[in-house]
Amino acid sequence: MDIFRKFEIDPRLVGMLAALAVIWTGFHLLSGGSFLTPRNLWNLSVQTSAIAVMACGMVLIIVTRNIDLSVGSVLGVVGMLVGVIQARWLPELIGLEHPLTWLISALAAMALGGLIGLFHGALIAYLVIPSFIVTLGGLLVWRGAAWWVTTGQTVAPMDGRFRSLGGSVEGAIGATASWALGAVAIFAIITGMLMARRRKLSFGFTVRPPAIEAIVIGVIVATVIGVVMLFNAYPLPATIARRLAEAQGTPWPEGGLFISHGFAVPMIIALVTGIVMSFVARRTTFGRYVFAIGGNPEAAQLSGVNTRRVLMQVYGVMGVLTGLAACITTARLNAATNSAGSLDELYVIAAAVIGGTSLSGGVGTIVGAMLGALIMQSLQSGMVLLGVDTPLQNIVVGVVLVVAVWLDTLYRKRLK
Amino acid sequence: MSARKTPLVEMRNISIAFGGIKAVENVSVDLFPGEVVGLLGHNGAGKSTLIKILSGAYPADAGEIAINGQTVAIRTPRDAKANGIETIYQTLALADNIDAAANIYLGREKLTSWGTLDDASMEAETRKAMARLNPHFRRFKEPVSALSGGQRQTVAIARAIHFNARVLIMDEPTAALGPAETAQVGELIKQLKADGIGIFLISHDLHDVFDLADRIVVMKNGRVVGTAAVSDVSQDDVLGMIIGGKCPPGAIPGPGAAGPSAEPTMTPPPTEAHRTLQP
Repeated sequence: MDIFRKFEIDPRLVGMLAALAVIWTGFHLLSGGSFLTPRNLWNLSVQTSAIAVMACGMVLIIVTRNIDLSVGSVLGVVGMLVGVIQARWLPELIGLEHPLTWLISALAAMALGGLIGLFHGALIAYLVIPSFIVTLGGLLVWRGAAWWVTTGQTVAPMDGRFRSLGGSVEGAIGATASWALGAVAIFAIITGMLMARRRKLSFGFTVRPPAIEAIVIGVIVATVIGVVMLFNAYPLPATIARRLAEAQGTPWPEGGLFISHGFAVPMIIALVTGIVMSFVARRTTFGRYVFAIGGNPEAAQLSGVNTRRVLMQVYGVMGVLTGLAACITTARLNAATNSAGSLDELYVIAAAVIGGTSLSGGVGTIVGAMLGALIMQSLQSGMVLLGVDTPLQNIVVGVVLVVAVWLDTLYRKRLK
Repeated sequence: MSARKTPLVEMRNISIAFGGIKAVENVSVDLFPGEVVGLLGHNGAGKSTLIKILSGAYPADAGEIAINGQTVAIRTPRDAKANGIETIYQTLALADNIDAAANIYLGREKLTSWGTLDDASMEAETRKAMARLNPHFRRFKEPVSALSGGQRQTVAIARAIHFNARVLIMDEPTAALGPAETAQVGELIKQLKADGIGIFLISHDLHDVFDLADRIVVMKNGRVVGTAAVSDVSQDDVLGMIIGGKCPPGAIPGPGAAGPSAEPTMTPPPTEAHRTLQP
């Protein structure tokens, strides 16, 4: 414990990574070596992204001692609207497969989600209706609304560029772009860490010893490179690779052509969301107020924080992220269905809680919640890979959730 | 105390009611620069409510507040702080899950030129502020929940005096403290007084109040019983004011003082009611 504290490494994060490692190796061994493959991990990254995006917002909500049970239904109604916008309205207005269709659709989804979130937030903050009730109502209302958008009809197919937001072949950015992205990430991480270090030194605070700092940076760089290599090692299927090659005028060689998937767009969306939300939570006054409200709402108010406005904004942020997740889900299914996002609220809350967010408020991290989402999805994908029946999958996920929170409670007690 | 100077704070005819119960009724108090005024009274006498009106936690139903002779509107804690009024609450009002610097700067964070939180600079300032109050304090990185009662109190005090307060409200500032720390708070009050800061001191400890205050204001049932310079009254007089609402000769009586006119309320209930209850 002391070593972790001395080098400013979060022990809970280390614990979660260890849990993830155990789950991954366990499934790898049980499935006879088919879990830790580039293909499976690539799919895992795509499947996790929608929940991970929403978990970032849920952390802030739970930190303020509230809850949002409506995210699955909001995802459903926004998904339907975004489907109608791009498959029925935009083709008439600006033409089919217009290059801006995807952007207009995505912005509309985030705006609609944000408005719904602000509405929930206003009811909770200004009319002082318990968030559990407001969002329980939202769970029913928005699922019903999702049906009304098209009276239950599924809308398909989606715009070609929009589909890339959901992964699959269109949403794979390829080897070169992946390497470029990895390089940018490494550069940003090292610059950020060195700037923070210099700033601390300028105020005469203690910093990690240079050797430890070098090791931490080394581990991060190696991880980024490893992830890029992993996703680049997953080739496109032969038929698609061939079509691509022909489109570029390259002759199709005898033994086939190895064209990498690289990062999936939804994974990039999730990672960028995580980085932005971590920044918001830790480096802005808004984030500071969110945590202060969670720690002691009265104290925050007496300190001059406009607690009601902050609370409403938190729900607005949750709504925007739900809109983003609706794009990912709709694009991945290549269809807007009114049942999209069913039960997602529970997975999102579970991800946040497994990630160390305390339901009594004031405590939680974005990184933790994203790892929580990855753990949940790993369990589920792993069990699918092993051919475990759906009811048993639910039982396992439920038990893991309860045990994880119990372990976290024990850890917290030991801290005190 | 030269009463002809302009008061630093003047609360005139302040009233507030919660659901029909008059918590504070027609209360007028004033405070001069460099003066300590002790607010005394039972639990529920209205002291805490009165100071919460001054600190912006509750907007008053009626009455007005003047700072340096100028009437100001104090509707929120932000308004109070803008007028140089800082409060140390009995509950301390700290967010337990964030560190000392974040608490001290809560609501008025220092920002970098990018508009982001300048935590390093806030921590550096906090180190200086805390060094003055408690040189042994080292736990700057930990959430406030990990601190001892005295350390938490020091954080709350540091927050109140760090932003050049002109008026300081201290609600039971020594309730959670040991003898040594209590003495330290006493020293601090004297030092702040010398700097010309006006202090409202709420305390149950009569001894403390007589030690530190220049004047006392006693409240009972939401009204002022009386005001007196500590040199003009004895501790027994003050106890009489708190318990019986009786204003001694050395004090200026307020609207809440029990006079002869208050006697009739002491008459027993009509005997008719007694009889009807008999079997």
